[in-house]
Amino acid sequence: MAAINRDDVAHLARLAHIEMSAEELDRMAGELAVIVDSVKSVSEAAGDDVPATSHPIPLTNVFREDVVGHTFTAEQALSGAPDAYEGRFKVPAILDEG
Amino acid sequence: MSDATLSFEEAMEKYDPVLGFEVHVELNTKTKMFSSAPNVFGDEPNTNVNEVDLGMPGVLPVVNRTAIESSIKIGLALNCKIAETCRFARKNYFYPDTPKNFQTSQYDEPIAYDGYLDIELSDGTVFRVEIERAHMEEDAGKLTHMGGAAGRIQGADYSLVDYNRSGVPLVEIVTKPIEGAGSRAPELAKAYVAAVREIVKNLGVSDARMERGNVRCDANVSLRPHGRERFGIRSETKNVNSLRAVEHAVHYEIRRHAAVLESGEPVVQETRHWHEDTRSTTSGRPKSDADDYRYFPEPDLVPIVASREWVEELRATLPEPPAARRKRLQADWGYSDLEFRDVVNAGVMDEIEETIAAGATATVARKWWMGEIVGRAKNADVDPGQLGVAPATIVELNKMVEDGKINNKMATEVLDGVLAGEGTPAEIVEKRGLAVVSDDGPLLEAIDAALAAQPGVADKIRGGKIQAIGAIVGGVMKATRGQADAGRVRELILERLGVEG
Repeated sequence: MAAINRDDVAHLARLAHIEMSAEELDRMAGELAVIVDSVKSVSEAAGDDVPATSHPIPLTNVFREDVVGHTFTAEQALSGAPDAYEGRFKVPAILDEG
Repeated sequence: MSDATLSFEEAMEKYDPVLGFEVHVELNTKTKMFSSAPNVFGDEPNTNVNEVDLGMPGVLPVVNRTAIESSIKIGLALNCKIAETCRFARKNYFYPDTPKNFQTSQYDEPIAYDGYLDIELSDGTVFRVEIERAHMEEDAGKLTHMGGAAGRIQGADYSLVDYNRSGVPLVEIVTKPIEGAGSRAPELAKAYVAAVREIVKNLGVSDARMERGNVRCDANVSLRPHGRERFGIRSETKNVNSLRAVEHAVHYEIRRHAAVLESGEPVVQETRHWHEDTRSTTSGRPKSDADDYRYFPEPDLVPIVASREWVEELRATLPEPPAARRKRLQADWGYSDLEFRDVVNAGVMDEIEETIAAGATATVARKWWMGEIVGRAKNADVDPGQLGVAPATIVELNKMVEDGKINNKMATEVLDGVLAGEGTPAEIVEKRGLAVVSDDGPLLEAIDAALAAQPGVADKIRGGKIQAIGAIVGGVMKATRGQADAGRVRELILERLGVEG
């Protein structure tokens, strides 16, 4: 697993829309490096015969039947919205993304 | 603002187009991909949502079994392999069309991969399009940009979001690069999207209504000089949402790319927005091949295992593929390639099938649909099937003609009566007093009068010039105001003159 450096952290912070000071970047680069190292030692313990997994419990095919359940009213849906207009969420103009 | 373009011919002379398509198909399940909220188009904003669709903290998505089955069916219909196991992944991005800040999608493990579709072009040429993958994901919410010009994002003051569409099951079908289409590229683009649309509609897994966004196409276009193997830089025209627009967008992008390359500049790799009004595209956002979406396996969902038994069960439920059905019907009906293609292009194949099932011969069914109904539908600006002619009506009209009750000319008149809502063919014949004069008495009178009026012609016929008979038949038809059976008139004239037909 590749080591994590300060530039990686700055890149991730930008992607995640998290504003970080130079000091925070330094500190986080150190902390994340420790975490990545810890994961690395787990990888060493798992041999080639252990497949990568995304889930700790070996479950598959957890399905729901295609039957309509509960819904919110528009009022309920918008109850936590910072701003709303005519039953819809109101958000600032977005141009440079998406 | 508007970009320079070359003529299509000039572009083709110098460059070879390479295409690629991403087609999004909305499934018509009753509920969403990961929540039990209804999957319904056109309802009041933000009423077909629950906590899962709104991405509230601590919620647990659960996969819709029917959506998985529909996705496998699509994969099978596209001749794909179906993954034995696959997972969902989070595609992380910030945009208000998803309240979760990620879209649940599939990344390195699509449910279906390595397929193909044989596309028949209008002249019968078959072109194979390779399918890279078909993966499952969820649709995003709908944004309406307010203020600024005509609802466009440029210059908007704010946007309004409706999450009813959020979480609607999608299957994204991605082709491999399509090479070798040459000047047929725009036509192939349209035919490919039409074929995908036809397949998902035939499977019954999508309503497939493009005007509602059930089938949406992103079209990738790049050009390279003839003879060069390496691909040029591509543009991706987003959300081209009608078949005609797909054809036009590819045509336009080929002409635009050619002009850029001619000027010596590199093509910018970017998304483009399609504008139906000007039939052109404008620059969207720059796009790199590896946009950093930080995909990772969705921790809230467990893997999907498609056992071979399950896949075979689903395969057994697949309807006859549209292309195979066309081949079978053409053979059954005995139409020539050209006749059959005309029928398909006119959009009356299903109607002819129903008319034959109602008792007409293939020839009669084609004569009525192609000869009479298609033209009337065009004038009325509706699909032929929507014009209001029932297969039984055609069978009844044809029987009347075959029985000699009415002639072809009258039959078209009766058809107009049916379309005007005047009743059944029998009622219209009665009401309009349309019936072939079958009593020979009045006919013979009319024939004698016509022969007397044109003695020269009568002599010619007596002398063996039977082709001259048309003038006499015409006279009789005129005298009977078209109500005589022309065949019978001819027989009687010959009898009268003592000439062997």
